[in-house]
Amino acid sequence: MDQLLSVGVDGVIYSAWLFTAALGLTLIYGVMKIVNVTHGSFYALGAYAAASLTGAWLARGYPPMLSYLVLLAAALLVSVVVAPLIERAILRYMYAKDEVVILLITYALFLVLEDVIKLVWGVNPYYIAQPYALLGSFTVGGLAHPTYNLILVVLALVSGLGLAWMLNRTRVGKLLLAVIHDPEVSRAMGINVNRYYLVTFTFGSMLAALAGAFTAPTVSVVPGLGVEIIVLSFAVVVIGGLGSLPGAALGAVIVGMVRSLSVHYMPQVELFVIYFVMAMVLAFRPRGLFSLAEPRKI
Amino acid sequence: MKKLLAALAAAALAHGAYAQNTIKVGVVTFLSGPAAAPFGVPARNAAEFVAEALNKGGAPKPYEKRGFGGANLELVFVDEAGSTTTQVTEYRNLVQRANVDLVIGYVSSGNCLAIAPVAEELKKLTNFFDCGTPRIFEDASYNYVFRTSPTATMDSVGAALYVRDAKPSVKSIAGINQNYAWGQDSWGDFEAAMKVLVPNVEVKTSQMPKLFAGQYNAEISALLSAKPDVIHSSFWNGDLEALILQGGPRGLMKQSLTILTTGETAMHKLSAQIPDGTVLGARGPFGPYAPKNSYNDWFLAGYVAKYKEQPNYASYQMAQAFLGVKLAWEKAQDANGGKRPTNEQVGAALTGSTFEGPGGTVRMAIGKGHQAIMETVYGQTKLDKGKLTVVNVKRYSAEQVNPPEGIKSADWIKNGFKAK
Repeated sequence: MDQLLSVGVDGVIYSAWLFTAALGLTLIYGVMKIVNVTHGSFYALGAYAAASLTGAWLARGYPPMLSYLVLLAAALLVSVVVAPLIERAILRYMYAKDEVVILLITYALFLVLEDVIKLVWGVNPYYIAQPYALLGSFTVGGLAHPTYNLILVVLALVSGLGLAWMLNRTRVGKLLLAVIHDPEVSRAMGINVNRYYLVTFTFGSMLAALAGAFTAPTVSVVPGLGVEIIVLSFAVVVIGGLGSLPGAALGAVIVGMVRSLSVHYMPQVELFVIYFVMAMVLAFRPRGLFSLAEPRKI
Repeated sequence: MKKLLAALAAAALAHGAYAQNTIKVGVVTFLSGPAAAPFGVPARNAAEFVAEALNKGGAPKPYEKRGFGGANLELVFVDEAGSTTTQVTEYRNLVQRANVDLVIGYVSSGNCLAIAPVAEELKKLTNFFDCGTPRIFEDASYNYVFRTSPTATMDSVGAALYVRDAKPSVKSIAGINQNYAWGQDSWGDFEAAMKVLVPNVEVKTSQMPKLFAGQYNAEISALLSAKPDVIHSSFWNGDLEALILQGGPRGLMKQSLTILTTGETAMHKLSAQIPDGTVLGARGPFGPYAPKNSYNDWFLAGYVAKYKEQPNYASYQMAQAFLGVKLAWEKAQDANGGKRPTNEQVGAALTGSTFEGPGGTVRMAIGKGHQAIMETVYGQTKLDKGKLTVVNVKRYSAEQVNPPEGIKSADWIKNGFKAK
């Protein structure tokens, strides 16, 4: 029983982390139809910015409890500066091109940003371990878990529910849904679609940076950090259905729980099981679990 | 016109003299990617420091001659990041385009396995400074390929011996290792060695997460639930650091005696996060385990003065790779009447040689004289006035932790190795 509880807790924590990272990817695809590989770069940029700013904050002896706000600020800062720059300077000229071409462009940008990160931060690792241990731990099923992990769960809930609320309950959200449904008609109806693209790309990248910033205290921040997350995020959004918010949530929960079960009961298949689930979903639902019927356009 | 011809002739002569007085060494190590910080950059720094110091002359005897036999060293660095195919192409470029005289390098075992036959084909003296797989000289035989650092077998057997000595009551073990050749081989050797030392030892769990997975909460829970007496990990780089950062606050290293075979690379950076009592390895007598000798004094002081940080085991391995080749080069040059030796002559001098370095005695004793053996050392961490130190240090002789000539590591361990 204790072990099942532990599987549940580990699964929820991993799912929350994955969901926060994958949410922006699915949002950007939903609105802009871009399979955005630079998402991994924003995750890494968030982590590096958080490590630098929080490290400086703690080194100056400022209150450690406020370091969580610094993590948040770092993610916001880096995404608000870099994402609009990329969208305005490069991506907006590419929207007319095929999805595959845009994917290749974002991949190229990902490689460029990897090198930019090395130029700015070098190749040595950065650590900000203090926020991880600061909140103590809670016990479930006889095992201690750092309370910090609950922040990841809260972050996922706030991001997911906040985005769902914004899309369904606000004027901006409804206009965005119109853009998602048909950008051409939206443009004809007077919606500034390009502005929505800019905002969506910035917001989606901000979610990736947030995931990176809040992961930074649990890892050493090193070059290549964004590579792993992009692969996992793709698995999540493909399982759920590209562009679907509930799909990303379900995809993250499935991957998190399956991985946790495997680690506890059959560790030798841990690597295989995530992609096996993805393959099974795609075999029966090629567009993912939550893919929506698309209106045919003549 | 005459002046122009004279200038050209002078330039050609100068170039010839320069080429004669310069030895181009290809140095291959990770300069980018996840392996750069723990291995690649410390190794590059060591190569840079040793080459500069040797070029100035005045290293401790018998390394006091300038460069290699009086000729200055010129380093050509190549980044080891990228696929194995890329590395083979880069190696060919180094040899055939950059015309290096020899190559020292390679952290990745996969790269070493791929480069060895190419080095043989191109007849270029190549010294692997760090990669761990014992398969290089166990599965094949080479004339131009050498490795002046011990294999990974030593790390696993040494870890098992340390566990036996530090925790004689051990009844159960568990592992968390990366799911690729290094992690699987390390765990396989450790498990086999433990079964020799403690025949009824129970394996509680063997976690094999993906390389660079980064998130280990579930694996740590599984290890905590299993409550093994000992946990073995050959994690390196960010994975090692993430395991320490995530496992420390959850009491993983307090619950079980945790042995981190490459832990030394993290000890200076995460000194406050590594719990007391964690067992750290340095893949040999390097870093905090280096013996007191004039070579270590010279290397440590020079490296710290130049880079303002402690060298780690990758730095030590790189330094001894240069020193081993230097000695062989000069021996071959002396035998060649003071003339520049060929790769074959240097290789013959290096085969089966013994030399001293900052990590102590290196003997090219196995792999038909092409593979080094050394003693190995493990110890437990203790934070002392904010500085991480190692206590309960135990040293194991080279014969205790390395197979004898002609016997494969896996067979040697299975047949009981030198358990006593």
